Amino acid sequence: MTHAVFRKVSQLLDSFKGEEVNYDVNKSCGGDCIPWTSTLFFPSIKNRHYIGKRIIMVDRTKNEEESMQKIKLIIHLDSNDKVRGPVCSNNSKSFPMMEQKTCCSAEKKALPLWATGTIATPAGTVLKISSSWTRRDYLGMVKSRMSAFRMHYSIAAGLYAVGEPTMDSEIFVSANYKLSFDVLRRELKEMDAWILVLDTKGINVWCAAGKGTFGTDELIKRILEVNLGAMVSHRRIILPQLSAVGVRAGIVQKKTEFRVSFGPVRAQDIPAYVRAKCKKTPEMSTIRFSIFDRLILTPMEINPVMKKYPWFAATILLVFGIQPSGILFAQAWHNGLPFLFLGFVSIIAGALLTPVLLPFVPFRSFAIKGWIVGILTSLIATQIFNIIGKQNIILVIVTWLFFPAMSSYIALQFTGATTFTGISEVKKELKVSVPLYIGVACISTILMVLFKIKEWGLL
Amino acid sequence: MKYLTNVTTLKYSIDKCVGCGRCVEVCPRGVFAITDNIAAVTDKDSCLECGACARNCDYNALSVNAGVGCASAIINGMLTGGEPTCGCSETSGESGCC
Repeated sequence: MTHAVFRKVSQLLDSFKGEEVNYDVNKSCGGDCIPWTSTLFFPSIKNRHYIGKRIIMVDRTKNEEESMQKIKLIIHLDSNDKVRGPVCSNNSKSFPMMEQKTCCSAEKKALPLWATGTIATPAGTVLKISSSWTRRDYLGMVKSRMSAFRMHYSIAAGLYAVGEPTMDSEIFVSANYKLSFDVLRRELKEMDAWILVLDTKGINVWCAAGKGTFGTDELIKRILEVNLGAMVSHRRIILPQLSAVGVRAGIVQKKTEFRVSFGPVRAQDIPAYVRAKCKKTPEMSTIRFSIFDRLILTPMEINPVMKKYPWFAATILLVFGIQPSGILFAQAWHNGLPFLFLGFVSIIAGALLTPVLLPFVPFRSFAIKGWIVGILTSLIATQIFNIIGKQNIILVIVTWLFFPAMSSYIALQFTGATTFTGISEVKKELKVSVPLYIGVACISTILMVLFKIKEWGLL
Repeated sequence: MKYLTNVTTLKYSIDKCVGCGRCVEVCPRGVFAITDNIAAVTDKDSCLECGACARNCDYNALSVNAGVGCASAIINGMLTGGEPTCGCSETSGESGCC
């Protein structure tokens, strides 16, 4: 059904206030439009009495003029024959659905796995989604936590329905990164709600808000585009708190009348938040950064560094193997192996151990934290495997100069994933540490050249 | 967990505050509290300069140099001479950032 028809039927139903209206839609459609035994969703009907019932409107108004007006409306409804084909669903209980037996398997196939059906609304067809995860959703989560898979893990922006939403249901706003959306819908179990998904280019809420894609303009645009005002009788929308970086609530209200409530930081607190009549406890509005939170971030710290590891390994082997007579592979392997191993240990120290043990490592500076963890793990590794024995003194110096610095540098990268490091703070730290890293790299290179010169007997 | 002290650029003008409580609502670090119907900065060093409070203060009582507190983003910014941005934009294929 078209938008206009919907609105008119709604108006009609509202204005009659329980009196019967003599209007059989089936008859006026000539029998071949919507089968009215199915239920339709009229979000703005105040007379809930009609919802889910066969709508037969009998006009018994005494006032002739008024009655004419209504007949006109009906006539308009008659002539407006652009009835949209009913949408299919296998869930016969839910009222917003249009049940249709002659339904089409092709349409069903087109639905995403996490959708359970569709709802016909004034704003068009809305996907009804499941609040439980399938195996594919879990797999998607794991993949996007570990790799670049997440760069293409997105869903279409727009309005979605969870449960059996009505015009009084809450509206939650989310990003179109599939994982953000999944986490939200999972927490809306046993709730009837709308989800408004913004186009954040597949980026999560906080990062998108920081970039401005989860922003004031996008939110206003979507609210108007899905005609949210016609879908609900209230004027409040709930945004994830972390989107406040990008959304200016005052402007949204001015432009759309919708008052933005910034909900809890974590979706898991939504049920409690709604139960408490949209009141947050301090715990709900602060970001935690637990050992588990940090652990799940580490694969994306380790992965990018490990991609560069082959280059590091090749350089080390070349340096150790190269001789005036050519490249000696045996020597490259024998002398280079401890360095390759320590390189790997330093990556683990900086990208895994430092993030996980963050609050337990002394000092606030990430560079120092990384350096400490780096030197400790290198010490343990060299002791256990007895690799830096009575080696050349130059190599020993390079080892203890270079590898802890490498851990320190990698640990510093984790500031991008934390929930408590500000830009001024990181800048301050970089101002001191970057020159040190460059210095360490230069000295290490010079020492290695010196080592080779001595090895070749040039000195 | 806290990072460095006395570095944040958060500035609060108490005379402009009307005590609406938006800052308390949006701050993810519990920097603000409403006492006697007016906002107070109770834990300044926790600020991570996300900018949510300044953006949502309709009375301009708050200001902060907001940005991403991310080392690789800042290094990127230094190298390219532009603003610090995470590598997680839609065009770049992969990045460890955010």
